[in-house]
Amino acid sequence: MDHMPENWGRPRSDVYGSYQHAIHSAGPQSHTQVPSITGTSVIAMKFNNGVILAADNLGSYGSLARFTDQERLIKVGKETVVGFSGDASDMQYLESMLERLIIEDNYEQDGHNFRAPHIYEYLSRVMYNRRSKVDPLWNAILVAGKKDDGSPFLGYVDLLGITYSSPCIATGYGAYLAIPLLRKLVSEDEDAKNVTEEQARAAIDESMKVLFYRDARSLDKYTVATVTLDGNVKFDKDVRCQNMNWRFAEGIRGYGTQKQ
Amino acid sequence: MFRNSYDNDSITYSPTGRLFQVEYALEAIKQGSASVGLVSKTHVVIVALKRNAEELGSYQKKIIRIDNHLGIALAGLAPDARVLSNFMRQQAMTSKMVYNKPIPVARVAHEIGDKAQKNTQTYGRRPYGVGLLVAGYDETGPHLFEFLPSGTVLEYFGAAIGARSQSARTYLERNFESFPDCTAEELVLHGLRALRDTLAQDKELLIQNTSIGLVGLDTPFKLYDNEDVGEWLEKLGDVGSSRGRRQAEEAEAEAAAAAETSAPADEDIPVPDVPAEPIETDD
Repeated sequence: MDHMPENWGRPRSDVYGSYQHAIHSAGPQSHTQVPSITGTSVIAMKFNNGVILAADNLGSYGSLARFTDQERLIKVGKETVVGFSGDASDMQYLESMLERLIIEDNYEQDGHNFRAPHIYEYLSRVMYNRRSKVDPLWNAILVAGKKDDGSPFLGYVDLLGITYSSPCIATGYGAYLAIPLLRKLVSEDEDAKNVTEEQARAAIDESMKVLFYRDARSLDKYTVATVTLDGNVKFDKDVRCQNMNWRFAEGIRGYGTQKQ
Repeated sequence: MFRNSYDNDSITYSPTGRLFQVEYALEAIKQGSASVGLVSKTHVVIVALKRNAEELGSYQKKIIRIDNHLGIALAGLAPDARVLSNFMRQQAMTSKMVYNKPIPVARVAHEIGDKAQKNTQTYGRRPYGVGLLVAGYDETGPHLFEFLPSGTVLEYFGAAIGARSQSARTYLERNFESFPDCTAEELVLHGLRALRDTLAQDKELLIQNTSIGLVGLDTPFKLYDNEDVGEWLEKLGDVGSSRGRRQAEEAEAEAAAAAETSAPADEDIPVPDVPAEPIETDD
């Protein structure tokens, strides 16, 4: 007779081996719950001959401006650009996935190539799959390029697997600060036909400047990518915000170094 | 008694470098009724002759739709074709779901080719006993592939597989130069003319035994069966084999073809009118 009540009703150690305490201490599997190095807004709009998008070169570590040479727009395949905001390591993971996708597609050499809608669908499946595992990839992503019928394509997918298309899209703060400026030019798909690349570029540059004024996690150095309907992809790197005016800063009181 | 000691499995070579089980699988295709495919600049057509096991039975399905842009015609063991067509449908749906893109015809054709090839190199497996004509239209245009149990996948302008398919091939070889500029309708009629040459002496094309698959530019895969075949047979006119009419001409061509290739002329294999043996390979 075992006189220790705590052993009653338990598998006998001499028969089944001693209790594995690892079972007791095992909690639910945990995943990354917060991003660490992050990129801020990506903004994009359609114009009469393609799609233009921009993202600054800052990698923030919390509120610390940790990296100032972060490239967040990448070319995927021959005529598609993908822009990432959010976690930098998840961006790099997705970059490597997309690179593998394109390389393996190229092995076939059968005249078939992935274009923007195909890459967009793939990314949205990956993002929704990961959020369904409650282990999301912490990004909001824009995909820009050409549709199968040759018209411009622009799509959004984020860490929840939410997808939508629109002639102007921006992630993060851009959704509040840049979208109104971009929509002044293009609010419907039809409007894009009357906007030239130069006009679109000016709106993008203006939006990036406003974002640098107002978004405390942004940088005045950014990359602009342009996908044109003839299949060309053009990257304009290390662009600087022009004609900034910080005179208004003198009048701001309540924080900073002033003593009132 | 003669015994072939090199055909007990599909992976052992004979001393002369042959894989007998694979060759037997290729023979199984010739037991099935004929399927014919041909391509123009804009369309692909597959036509097939259906057989019923007995007078009161239904006809075996010969053309299977895989996707909106893709279909197959088969000759040989129908159950094996079902396995392959289910696999192709799965591949096609995966492509649509993951990439929002209809699967390229060449890719899906080569995927079943790879599947079949594994069976010729894996112990304990048998080759598929079916040949397929894979017809589809994608952004690189119309395509016709011939799939064989050996794992061979080749693209053709015109192809025919199954019993007496040499007659159809002869028709295609005589006429293929006009195919590229054919309309869809002309292409179907060429296909039916090739198919009727594979008929047994006293048979003719009927709405019950003829299947037509058509796919191409702005034409989703359309399968014509039973009543829908009627209009095509009317346009065709003569539904009997032209072999009787052109017997002398044909015999000459066959002799030439037989001399050229060492392949046995399957013209002479008698096919019973009512295939009665329960174990008969039929599709």
